Amino acid sequence: MTQLAPQATADTDIELWLAQQTEKSLLRFLTCGSVDDGKSTLIGRLLYDSQLILDDQLASLKKESHNRHVGDEGIDFSLLVDGLVAEREQGITIDVAYRFFSTDKRKFIVADTPGHEQYTRNMATGASNADLALLLIDARKGILTQTKRHSFILSLIGVKHVVLVVNKIDLVGYDKATFEAIEAEYRQFARDLGFESFKAIPVSALKGDNIVANSPRTPWYADTPLLPYLEAIQVDKDRSEAPFRFPVQWVNRPDLDFRGFSGTVAAGTVKVGDDVLVAASKKPAKVKEIVTMDGKLDRAIAGQAVTLVLDREIDISRGDVLSHPGETPDYSNQFQAELVWMAEEPAYPGRSYLLKLGSQLVPATITDLKHRTNVNTLEKSAAKSLELNAVGTVTLATDRPVAFDPYGENGATGGFILIDRISNTTLGAGTIAFGLRRAHNLSYQAFDVNRDVRAQMKGQTPRIVWFTGLSGSGKSTVANLLEKRITAEGKHAYILDGDNVRHGLNKDLGFTDAARVENIRRVAEVARLMADAGLIVLVSFISPFKNERRMAREIAGDIDFIEAYVDTPLAVCEQRDPKGLYARARSGEIKNFTGIDSPFEAPERADITLKGADETPEQMAEALYAKIFG
Amino acid sequence: MSAPVPPRLSHLQRLESESIEIFREVAASFERPVMMYSIGKDSSVLLHLARKAFYPSRIPFPLLHIDTTWKFREMIAFRDRMAEEYGFELRVHTNAEGVANNINPFDHGSARYTDIMKTQALRQALAAGQYDAAIGGARRDEEKSRAKERVFSHRNANFAWDPKNQRPELWRVYNTRLNPGESMRVFPLSNWTELDIWTYIYAEDIPIVPLYFARPRPVVERSGTLIMVDDDRFRLADGETPREEVVRFRTLGCYPLTGAIPSQAATLPEIIMEMQASRTSEREGRLIDSDQVGSMEKKKQEGYF
Repeated sequence: MTQLAPQATADTDIELWLAQQTEKSLLRFLTCGSVDDGKSTLIGRLLYDSQLILDDQLASLKKESHNRHVGDEGIDFSLLVDGLVAEREQGITIDVAYRFFSTDKRKFIVADTPGHEQYTRNMATGASNADLALLLIDARKGILTQTKRHSFILSLIGVKHVVLVVNKIDLVGYDKATFEAIEAEYRQFARDLGFESFKAIPVSALKGDNIVANSPRTPWYADTPLLPYLEAIQVDKDRSEAPFRFPVQWVNRPDLDFRGFSGTVAAGTVKVGDDVLVAASKKPAKVKEIVTMDGKLDRAIAGQAVTLVLDREIDISRGDVLSHPGETPDYSNQFQAELVWMAEEPAYPGRSYLLKLGSQLVPATITDLKHRTNVNTLEKSAAKSLELNAVGTVTLATDRPVAFDPYGENGATGGFILIDRISNTTLGAGTIAFGLRRAHNLSYQAFDVNRDVRAQMKGQTPRIVWFTGLSGSGKSTVANLLEKRITAEGKHAYILDGDNVRHGLNKDLGFTDAARVENIRRVAEVARLMADAGLIVLVSFISPFKNERRMAREIAGDIDFIEAYVDTPLAVCEQRDPKGLYARARSGEIKNFTGIDSPFEAPERADITLKGADETPEQMAEALYAKIFG
Repeated sequence: MSAPVPPRLSHLQRLESESIEIFREVAASFERPVMMYSIGKDSSVLLHLARKAFYPSRIPFPLLHIDTTWKFREMIAFRDRMAEEYGFELRVHTNAEGVANNINPFDHGSARYTDIMKTQALRQALAAGQYDAAIGGARRDEEKSRAKERVFSHRNANFAWDPKNQRPELWRVYNTRLNPGESMRVFPLSNWTELDIWTYIYAEDIPIVPLYFARPRPVVERSGTLIMVDDDRFRLADGETPREEVVRFRTLGCYPLTGAIPSQAATLPEIIMEMQASRTSEREGRLIDSDQVGSMEKKKQEGYF
């Protein structure tokens, strides 16, 4: 780093120095490879050799390095970067850790990504913001499955520059043939991965060979050492020359006189006076002003966060994308994408997720899983689901069209994440390959809308819970509590209640035995339709006869049917008599009242029996919930 | 004829844009955001970036200061001046129970004092405000466990951070979704280094608390650290008198727990040059981190920023 003497004339020197800072370019890279390849040690070494380890860190490092794997300097460099206590205990790197260092030529942001297979998703995370990857290989082990998987993910996320760091070269006696064999094998493997640059370097992170200078112990390697290579490589693709993209992030409206659209230029350049178009509405306007707190600009380039003011009032909100006419992004509700799955719960076609792409957030469904890619062999095979760390080619349909570009053309408008609709966790990340539109003569992806699809969109299994029990036994109370509970979990339920249905659908029916059977038949059919639509249906009817209940179960067919018997003794129900019906039945005012002058056939094998006299409604609802969802 | 050289953004411009984008994402995605304002240099940069993000609108959320009652007097004066000058909504919270029990760094030790007056006070304030997003000025280069923190860092209903179960964060696509009771900590300065902060303060002429500049100040020595005697609540040993020394502070916090460094750097350029030549990392001046290995990670799991 540039060292300035404190006694120098501060003001002039600092201006020169600041100018130099401004000219410095930035390289974001990630390190990846297998467990024990020495990623953390390599980063620690880079920090140490670029003299960025501070005195107090060095002191505590030497203290902590006691009894550990140390180099000539008596330091375990991996301690510099392995941040979490759990990692120190297990001796592995779990998460992505970001490190910062700079040399006279360049600033670096390093993502140290996990090596272990179960953290592949974190590697994809680190790769998504990196221009270059250091792929570590243990010279003793050569290319492993993990090396191939990571290479494939780099390719998928679009990292174009790869340095193969053949580490621990000291442990193979600085052998040239070993290094060359690994390099040749990797070149062969990676030829289809689309890397724009590739470089193999033999190093020992622990001993410092070929890190900042050529090592005398590898006289056969006369090429550039690692750090000088990282300082020199050109990775900047000029995004300000690409077609202009401006995803509107926030509508800026301090008062009635000002209405601007705040966002970051994702690609290209915009100038005052430019014609722009809203991707969704196709409404045109001209750029009137480019506003920042530092003053108005004539133009803004990719990467700048600005606020655009247009010359006319058009409807624009967060999620809209502005472009130049004639260079518009794709706008479609269907596209094909590569998907990296990052959650324990697998991805299934037909299931509904939230898709976030730039500032657009829409419900989306995986309509087709075309194939899964074997990340070790790159072979494609048929699949019904994508498990954690699996990669597949999918088609997605969004509830409404989104504006996007193929990821290969613009990473900022072509990469998306999928979010679980209930837990809100991030489940996967995708890169859009191309849009599927009728205009492209590709038909809507065939996908039969059936109960499974509808149920998966709701994230639940359709069920019929059939409550049976005397009037006043507590059926409706328990059903209400259960409905509240499952609705709070984001599921969709509906209660069919005897009294309510008799006020509408079944108001033509009386209380004769025949009418009671028809009453139940209709309700059972309605329950089946609702469950077929994907709902969890709670049917709260006295349904006193065994045969009716069997009929209801038969009507339900293959739908999960749970018979819940609320077993409250007649005496208790009669004492509660919430609607005064028992009193009226006893006085003869109501005829054919169940329990009084009409029988109740108690179920012999209910799926669950709830003791209404002994348990509170809350306890019964809890027991029922456990029975259904436990 | 050669093509014109394409314009490029400098490293600092890139950092600035990224931070502004994060601020806007918060304003657009959350119902009750708040920005933690600790009055230090990182908070000054945070405030500056927030003003830029929403200009010409005002900052569309309040700023929250957790006042332990032991902050440097100059910090409080600076805080109130900023609030008046820039017209943001300032909310100040103090753990009233802690004050009632006279919790202080002398009698209760730095760990317990910090837990009650900072961590618990913060939890109280966040719960009372029902904030769904709290913006903080933490940087990944500050400390090892912070190097792993997401920009949008999820907290469960107890404000706890689960470092092994963080949401993957790809590109600049931030998952801002929450379930009831959960909240988000957001760190717009994640990718800034201490040096970036100082050069940005210089380049943008951002006001900072004068305590950062070297000046004669009354200090005493505690466990090899210089502590400024900012008011008469400081417990001096028998016969001890503070001595005048030219010192400055690299970080600001509660004055009895914040180490001063001997320095002649009285201007920003001098501070930056001293930084460049410095061989000691920033948080060394804070006594709270040195209690035990992994202490910052532990505090964060408990809800500390």
